Amino acid sequence: MTPKEQPDAGANLSNTAGGGALTLDTAWTVRWIRQSAEVLAASRAALNTLDRDIGDGDHGENMDRGFQAILPKLEQLADETTPGAVLKLVATTLISTVGGAAGPLYGTAFLKAAGAVGSAMSLDATALVALLTAARDGIVLRGKAEEGDKTMIDAWTPAVNAAEAAQATGSAVAGVLLAAADAAASGAQATEPLVARKGRASYLGERAIGHRDPGSQSTSLLLRAAADVTAA
Amino acid sequence: MVMKKLINDPRNVVNEAVAGFEAAHGDIVRVSHDPIFIARSDAPVQGKVGIVSGGGSGHEPLHGGFVGYGMLDAAVPGAVFTSPTPDPILAATHAADGGAGVLHIVKNYTGDVLNFETAADLASAEGIDVRTVIINDDVAVKDSLYTAGRRGVAGTVLVEKITGAAAERGDDLAAVVAVAEKVNSRVRTMGVALTPCVVPHAGEPSFVLADDEIEIGIGIHGEPGRERIKLEPADAIVDRLLAPILDDLPFVTGDTVLLFVNGMGGTPQVELYIVFRRAAEVLKDRGITVTRSLIGNYTTSLEMAGTSISVLKLDEELTSLWDAPVQTAALRWGR
Repeated sequence: MTPKEQPDAGANLSNTAGGGALTLDTAWTVRWIRQSAEVLAASRAALNTLDRDIGDGDHGENMDRGFQAILPKLEQLADETTPGAVLKLVATTLISTVGGAAGPLYGTAFLKAAGAVGSAMSLDATALVALLTAARDGIVLRGKAEEGDKTMIDAWTPAVNAAEAAQATGSAVAGVLLAAADAAASGAQATEPLVARKGRASYLGERAIGHRDPGSQSTSLLLRAAADVTAA
Repeated sequence: MVMKKLINDPRNVVNEAVAGFEAAHGDIVRVSHDPIFIARSDAPVQGKVGIVSGGGSGHEPLHGGFVGYGMLDAAVPGAVFTSPTPDPILAATHAADGGAGVLHIVKNYTGDVLNFETAADLASAEGIDVRTVIINDDVAVKDSLYTAGRRGVAGTVLVEKITGAAAERGDDLAAVVAVAEKVNSRVRTMGVALTPCVVPHAGEPSFVLADDEIEIGIGIHGEPGRERIKLEPADAIVDRLLAPILDDLPFVTGDTVLLFVNGMGGTPQVELYIVFRRAAEVLKDRGITVTRSLIGNYTTSLEMAGTSISVLKLDEELTSLWDAPVQTAALRWGR
């Protein structure tokens, strides 16, 4: 069964049905990216508005363009495609279509995530934490931001920490993703009182206070999409 | 503000402008449409260091207008105010590579830096010797430890001209890099916005200024730097821009400089000359001699009204490289 033939039919039913889902597969990865594209399209104007407040007003535009460019490619996946290969496809597409800072940052995140899961056909909670950690580390490597700089790292790092904690206490994949999504949402909200130290918002100084970082918000949306397509 | 622009479809702004550029300047450049970049018509020049720059569109003539003999080998336009992606930068790097290595001249904006860095990684992996010089001439950003650093603004034009001349005379890659770094280390810029600008696909102003307000210390997208104040006479505004420039390097009595008064797109030449007049007066009072000048719209922010002042500390080498022949759409002399 290919993701192309059965995009939404729970191709990984045996894995993710019921409360004790153990692993995520290629079909899940495709569902995550499709859901992300849908959510980003719906949030395009809202992300643009956040970006206009403290940046240059095109974050929603750029993210929407990038994820829309992935959709037709998901239709052409080969049967034996791994989750890692899907992540790599996302990475190269984002790098070549998004532009701005978000393109290389999210592109690097997905590229490192792909590397972390390697050629595995299914991802357990441990692999999922490795995926999220590698994504976060890739963004840090590329953007050199630290927590508290008012960037997407302020959503990623709490998400990674929460995912680790959930996995350590025995949560299955759905629990890990839910913890990550909740922490990313809180992290994005927590950027509002911060002064930016990276990116274009850093030129605003104290005038950035009171505005949410658009990159942290798009990160929160991506991780929420992952949780939403994962049955508990 | 209602968007009132000479455009067809906001999505086609860059493609159509580049097509027009190709039609107008086919004697100097050739254009690749997919991936999109502008190259010197005779690129790659064998044995010459290739010079590539690029960035968001909306700053014309930067950078495409500076492609040609004695300046850039290729320029990569992104969407309006958005960095180009690595693919066209890589393709432009190939087009500029005459076997002596390629220099990327990159304005210090996070998106530009990250996309050029990714492209340089890819080009290096293919065996092209790529070096990067990041331009950060803007003095408006005070504390570079707590920001993304000083921005690359109009001084980029001077770096591209002088570095292009060094490559044209046959300097090797290390020497070309050294010239670019030297110019960047000796040029300082500060700008002011009188009105905002409207990015075509956004359809509304990217920031708001009251009728009697101006923004001191803007970058080239109108993003703020220092402070918002009430409109003042031109001389007072020039003094506000020039003081931090002169104090920063610092420029001192006995220096010879190039004075560059740049228009942001919506300010007429007559006002730029009023600005130049005052800036030249202030420099003279400080015992600084203006031996070269440039006045006009060279690094713009769409239709924004405003100006930036750049001062470059010259020496014999930089002066002779500035005077060297150049043949591009926007700068042309000696050839």
